[in-house]
Amino acid sequence: MPNTLRLHYEIPGDDFTYAGEASSCVKKTLGRLGINPSVIKKVSIAMYEAEINAVIHAGGGSADVEINQQKIIVKISDSGPGIPDLELAMKEGYSTAPDHIREMGFGAGMGLPNIKKNADNLQIETEVGKGTTVTIEVFLQ
Amino acid sequence: MHLKKIAEILDAEILFEPPESQLEITSACGADLMSDVMAFSKDNTLLLTGLIHPQVIRTAEMLDIKAVAFVRGKMPSEQVMELAKEKGIAVLATKEPMFVACGRLYNAGINGRGAGC
Repeated sequence: MPNTLRLHYEIPGDDFTYAGEASSCVKKTLGRLGINPSVIKKVSIAMYEAEINAVIHAGGGSADVEINQQKIIVKISDSGPGIPDLELAMKEGYSTAPDHIREMGFGAGMGLPNIKKNADNLQIETEVGKGTTVTIEVFLQ
Repeated sequence: MHLKKIAEILDAEILFEPPESQLEITSACGADLMSDVMAFSKDNTLLLTGLIHPQVIRTAEMLDIKAVAFVRGKMPSEQVMELAKEKGIAVLATKEPMFVACGRLYNAGINGRGAGC
């Protein structure tokens, strides 16, 4: 495995059906690299939640993934409306997702708390009217 | 528990089983809320759900869920089936409602503890 592997994906926002494709590709890549399955699961769940959020709330965005000898860094960026109250958004059960998303079993206000639970480090940079960048780090050991 | 036994218990049709799979289900999770599945699911799990959106399969993939059983007589679309085949996730369909389906599996020893959710 090279010292550092970088991956980039566009996250389309026009079709919820395809939300999760970037996370699926990353999961496969991590498997091929022989990363510990429990680490892969943490990365997959956290990234998938963040990817879904970008599609639901921001009309898509992009994903940048760095895999190095120590950790996996996933950065999901969007140019959406931003999060006005981040502390509130981090609370389990708080959601601003529209009804059609809830009808598909998402938007229950578990996304950000679940990302936090699976990430070893989580950083959220957000600005109302500008967008949000969620950076997830998971250590390999 | 093997998939065929699960199908027998649920009176379900196996719509897809990955080729040459030695699928062994040790736990099950019944949910129509994918957010809950992502928060609590564990290994070697069968997901029972009444949702038939493709994101059910994607959620299963992320969590290494091996099989999905659609309850209440819901039949997945061709798009859902194609995705399940691509991801190697087994698909069952039963006319039984969620409560009954979960109860039957619980009685048969799939209790949701240990490796379950």
